[in-house]
Amino acid sequence: MTPLEIDTGNTAWILTSASLVLLMTPGLALFYGGMVRAKSVLNMMMMSFGALALISVLWVLYGYSMAFGNDIGAGVLGDPLEYIGLKGLMTDDPEATLPAMAFVGFQAVFAIITVALISGAIADRAKFSTWMIFSGIWASIVYFPVAHWVFDFTLTDDAGTVTHTGGWIANNLAAIDFAGGTAVHINAGVAGLALALVLGKRVGWRRDPMRPHNLTLVMIGAGLLWFGWFGFNAGSAVAANNTASVVWVNTLVATGAAALAWLLTEKFRDGHPTSLGAASGVVAGLVAITPSCSAVSPIGAILIGLVAGVLCALAVGLKYKLGYDDSLDVVGVHLVGGLWGTLAIGFLATEEAPAGVNGLFYGGGVDQLWRQAVGAFAVLLYSLVLTLIIGFVLQKTIGFRIDEEDEMAGIDNAEHAETGYDLGNLTSSLRGALTGTAPRRADEDHNHDEEVTA
Amino acid sequence: MKLVTAIIKPHMLDEVKTALESFGIEGMTVSEASGFGRQRGHTEVYRGAEYTVDLVPKVRLEVLVDDEDAKDIIDVLVKSARTGRIGDGKVWSVPVDDLVRVRTGERGLDAL
Repeated sequence: MTPLEIDTGNTAWILTSASLVLLMTPGLALFYGGMVRAKSVLNMMMMSFGALALISVLWVLYGYSMAFGNDIGAGVLGDPLEYIGLKGLMTDDPEATLPAMAFVGFQAVFAIITVALISGAIADRAKFSTWMIFSGIWASIVYFPVAHWVFDFTLTDDAGTVTHTGGWIANNLAAIDFAGGTAVHINAGVAGLALALVLGKRVGWRRDPMRPHNLTLVMIGAGLLWFGWFGFNAGSAVAANNTASVVWVNTLVATGAAALAWLLTEKFRDGHPTSLGAASGVVAGLVAITPSCSAVSPIGAILIGLVAGVLCALAVGLKYKLGYDDSLDVVGVHLVGGLWGTLAIGFLATEEAPAGVNGLFYGGGVDQLWRQAVGAFAVLLYSLVLTLIIGFVLQKTIGFRIDEEDEMAGIDNAEHAETGYDLGNLTSSLRGALTGTAPRRADEDHNHDEEVTA
Repeated sequence: MKLVTAIIKPHMLDEVKTALESFGIEGMTVSEASGFGRQRGHTEVYRGAEYTVDLVPKVRLEVLVDDEDAKDIIDVLVKSARTGRIGDGKVWSVPVDDLVRVRTGERGLDAL
């Protein structure tokens, strides 16, 4: 056969999308960081940056191969050795129109943000070292396999021969999850619930005010997430084409509708539309439209967004009724929003949309709905059970929580020897000013500045 | 000499400062404070969870004055800081034993 040419338009869009999605993780760090108290802002942001650092390495070493290697059987796992260290993927494949590395990069940033999302459930209290070890184990035995189930499609050549076998949810079950409602949001959302249960409540939860220390950071973070999400969803078309464009518009309008719905819920229930509500509504809408953006019309997207906004605004109150400290509402926003978006396909999918399937409301019966439900709950159960086990084992061996006293004084200082803000008040830089010494390096002799001041 | 202290609403600071300047005051100390009186706090709502904020932000303004001016200055403060709504604050004065201007060493009334 004649060698195919690389499609430069598609390649440019996928590399751009990958970069957009990368920016979502620092955006998430701001979104989460602003929501905690000032004494733990750095640790909150560091959990996202830690995931960025570690998962990018694991993805290259074996993660991509576990997710997108040829299936080793029953659609549960890709061959971890096929692309180990990304071997064989650097050469210009004459049969490809998109370089393999563009797809490797695009999928890498999905793995990173999925891990980072979990951190919102365990704000203020998790040992950073244990978080990092958890991240590596969780990505390896939960995310990489689930990404294979959901994102790895079976490929056939012109003659109809299977050239690559993918995962069971995408191929055997044929559930629709365009950009990761199951693999990313249900997966991370329920993992957050599991870790919140393993670690337990923060000291003073429900007694002390734990209000967000910087809502302007939260708003910037939500804005960056929305911006990056266009790469997440529209990039998942893996081409610069009509599907990507439909998805882009659905991602815009569902998000707007969800923010509106969240604000209206607050206005009627609490009396005031809040900035945190607007930021949360944005994220709830983005989560819900993630699996469904290729399967519904823009009007369907508005409905998905409206329901997501109300549903998630109500769901974030569940933790107070049920008594788990999911600190930043990973469950209420990502698990609930992800479940809704995934199931909504079964109701609102329309043949006219790129996915080409009819849901219950469009005369398609319950065929797609049950596939969606099986996919959603399979990921939910798998992630819940494995995360509970990983979390529990880490808690019992190396410990997952910091000392109670450190937690009350602030995790930033205990875990990172830093404080987020120096706003020039008396206590901030008093020591250096009084002794007149240059900042001391940690490895210097501790008697040093006594000599200077003597 | 007297030290007159006023606890006022933060947004009234400019008005109070202008009123004191027109009276002829040449210096004052202003600091941020927080507290509550009969006004108590207020509630804030984050993702539907209600928090009671007990301590309300206030401004503390301190002026050192000659005994004979004290009563007038208290009147100026009360008049300029009043909005008529709850939470307007308090003004009081206490006697001052000694006073020194650090730069020159002047003492007592000379240091005012």
